[in-house]
Amino acid sequence: MTGSGDTSDQLLQVADRVIAQASAGEQIEAFVSRGGETEVRVYEGAVEHFVSAQSEGIGIRVIKDGRTGFAYAGTLDDAAVAEVLAEARDNVAFGTVDEWAGLALPDGVDTTEQSLWNDDLADYATDRKIDIAKELDKLASGLDARVRVDDSNYADAWGEAAVASTNGIRSAGRENGCYVSVSTLADEGEGDTAETQTGFGFSVGNAPDEFDLERAAQEANDRATRLLGATKPASKRTTVVLDPFVTAQFLGVISSTLNGEAVVKGRSLFADRLGDEVAAAGITLVDDPTNPQAYTSTDVDGEGLAARRNVLIENGVLQRFVHNSYSARRAAAVSTGNATRGGFAGTPGVGCLALSLVPGTRTQAELIADVDDGLLVQSVQGLHSGVNAVSGDFSTGAAGLLIQNGEVGAPVREFTIASTLQRMLLDIVEVGGDIDWLPMRAAGMSLVIRDITMSGS
Amino acid sequence: MIEHDVLERVLAGATRTGAEFAEVYAEDKRSTSAGLDDGRIEQVSSGRDRGAGIRVIAGDTTGFAYTSDLSEGGLNAAAAAAATAASQGGGGVNVVGLTKSASHRPNDVRHRPESIEKARKVELLTRMNEAARGFGPEIVQVSAGYGDSTKRVLVANTDGVLADDEVVRTLLRVSAVANGDAGMQTGYQSMGHTVGFEIFDTVDVEEMAREAARQAITKLAARPAPSGSMPVVIKHGTGGVLFHEACGHGLEADHIQKGASVYAGKVGQQVASELVTLVDDGTMPGEWGTLGIDDEGSTTQRNVLIEDGILTDYMWDFLRSRKDGRPQSGNGRRQSYQHLPMVRMTNTFVMNGPSKADDIVADTESGVYVAKLGGGSVNTASGDFVFGMTEAYLIENGEITEPLRDGNLIGNGPKVLSDIDMLADDFSMGSPGMCGKDGQGVPVGDGQPTLRVKALTVGGTAS
Repeated sequence: MTGSGDTSDQLLQVADRVIAQASAGEQIEAFVSRGGETEVRVYEGAVEHFVSAQSEGIGIRVIKDGRTGFAYAGTLDDAAVAEVLAEARDNVAFGTVDEWAGLALPDGVDTTEQSLWNDDLADYATDRKIDIAKELDKLASGLDARVRVDDSNYADAWGEAAVASTNGIRSAGRENGCYVSVSTLADEGEGDTAETQTGFGFSVGNAPDEFDLERAAQEANDRATRLLGATKPASKRTTVVLDPFVTAQFLGVISSTLNGEAVVKGRSLFADRLGDEVAAAGITLVDDPTNPQAYTSTDVDGEGLAARRNVLIENGVLQRFVHNSYSARRAAAVSTGNATRGGFAGTPGVGCLALSLVPGTRTQAELIADVDDGLLVQSVQGLHSGVNAVSGDFSTGAAGLLIQNGEVGAPVREFTIASTLQRMLLDIVEVGGDIDWLPMRAAGMSLVIRDITMSGS
Repeated sequence: MIEHDVLERVLAGATRTGAEFAEVYAEDKRSTSAGLDDGRIEQVSSGRDRGAGIRVIAGDTTGFAYTSDLSEGGLNAAAAAAATAASQGGGGVNVVGLTKSASHRPNDVRHRPESIEKARKVELLTRMNEAARGFGPEIVQVSAGYGDSTKRVLVANTDGVLADDEVVRTLLRVSAVANGDAGMQTGYQSMGHTVGFEIFDTVDVEEMAREAARQAITKLAARPAPSGSMPVVIKHGTGGVLFHEACGHGLEADHIQKGASVYAGKVGQQVASELVTLVDDGTMPGEWGTLGIDDEGSTTQRNVLIEDGILTDYMWDFLRSRKDGRPQSGNGRRQSYQHLPMVRMTNTFVMNGPSKADDIVADTESGVYVAKLGGGSVNTASGDFVFGMTEAYLIENGEITEPLRDGNLIGNGPKVLSDIDMLADDFSMGSPGMCGKDGQGVPVGDGQPTLRVKALTVGGTAS
């Protein structure tokens, strides 16, 4: 990490020089970024690897006569930047004329002031980062004799980005963040009855001093040991309580159905449902990157517009989809500040930036106490392979604990849980109050959903 | 890309502080992609990625840094950062003498991507769009993508290895959405090879598009998949993702050495039905996982992992083979110069068995026939794995009947391998895959003949 000053203005100057070359009738957008990362992995008490690196690059979009071209390069030297502009211009000729093609227009929405950069993290000594990973390794190894640590990791990243366009967009800024994670293995039995189960835990912070290493270690320990002796359950329909981490993954899937691009291209199962009750009463889903607690909080979106709070579902009723400037133009709506950008190598997409359900009030234990017969889902496997966000079919591998008469009991694994996305939203019984911000684009909290099919033996 | 004497000086400098090993991995990649959606060519993109990753190993610690600056100064700066990261004290003068390996180029590339006009690449997409939409009025949306890349790779290390490679990739995909009374359904086809544009002399792109459309339309009449344990027949060449997940990852030596695989300590033991012979082969001409050298400079090869059900070997990279004092197997791979290498698969496949595909279905009283698999994932420590079915049918009384909606299947690797009770003689390779591990994606191939697993858990909603 660099302890030096903010150089995002230099990146903005690079972008300015590119867009200044626009000829008549040509719209140009330049996105310039520079970033770095530190990654420490500890195994058996020693550093297994240490990664320290920086990279930079530029992506240029050119639009002329309704046609779009794009090019990028992972370097900022003058010759490369000139080549990228030439390539992007050359690529314009092959696009189809699209009446909605265009760059974002400044919309007058002010950005929410946020502290995305933390000097304490930027100046944090390398040795102390290594010590943190070693400390986590030690903590997670020492809680239960059956538990080994697979790896213990410290990671931080910083990034500066600038975007400028011939439409008057000009934005530059920087941010940094860090997290720790630990993976555990719990062993039991020998020979043919030997089994190994896995667990994980993590903690995020604006600076390393905010980490809760004890909690990360305890969670990794408990997740692995809880599953020892797990059996394959019998198939049945049941009520599930999703752990916060699982809920966050579920929300990630739901977000793709509320994506304005999917809507305008006829790929969203909620396309014609604005104003309808699509979720159980009381369910409110918000995308709010201005919330400083969110790991992915940001002040601007991938097109340089102000990031903003958007209520997507309010008290069960579908209120809006998220848009970037293109999908908004096509939908005769306005951008919701939800352009996403996977770095300089791609053009803006659409997506939620920091999604969360409005939390309830009760703890997970209180939610479980109300379940006579059900399942606490600790982890899911295969969301990318068993969920079809176009048809809504939802089927995923899972592991967790059976719930009987309001108490968690025997561990179970090697089964699937299935329903449809449409039904799951309507079948939500209660949202927990145990909100947890995770190193991903959605927050987690316990979530109770009824009438899920569990497929086992 | 980088001069021989510069590499020698950078490597010598990287080990000056006492590290016993240093490596420079450099790549220069040019890529083109084009996307069609909603009837429009949305854009053509061009990309250039160039840089070097420098790895320095001292004891059991690896230091790693990367740079996009391939000058001697840029490389030295990265080397110093990597050496500091690995620093264990010590010191000394190192002389590095590199010996260039003979080139190993399994792929025969005839029409290099940069020699083909962009207009011809774009035209493939418009042809697919028309073919998919022409297949039936139910098709309401089509998206298609074309991508090619040419990546030059150079690897040099303090053991004297100097090797290079050039990998050309050509990829085409199409997806279709059909709309019916019960909602929307999707179909998908893709093809990818480590060759150039000549692949389109033999691939019928319209047929690919019609196939995606057919899948989507077929599924409009699909019923919910069953729920529970039952026999599952998997069509040949639909993706050996079953084996990739059920045992491939578990046979990677990094998981083995950490005791995080159900296959640790099992070499020489029966781990699968005796019908199963599993191979990982990075040399198959034109296949998606094929390379001349792996990303540590080791020549790719054909490795038999399971022979007649007996575990014969794992897959290895530099670090893991060094620790075990054995040769590398050409399985050290990385996503890019910005990533550390680790043990990865190349093209992983199961060889033919004795049965006929038709007989396998006819022999199955009731179960599920999977005609197309989606992705999958595995927990190597417990062996539990899932994979998705994106085109599947019921088998009733030995016949393939109604289509089923999408879902996941779940099984446990060692159990499923021993439950393979029929294997056909109709081997074919599957679609191009992107395998994710520890945050890195690398292209892999897989293949298998039609086979039956006598019991797998199907994760549908129908009882």
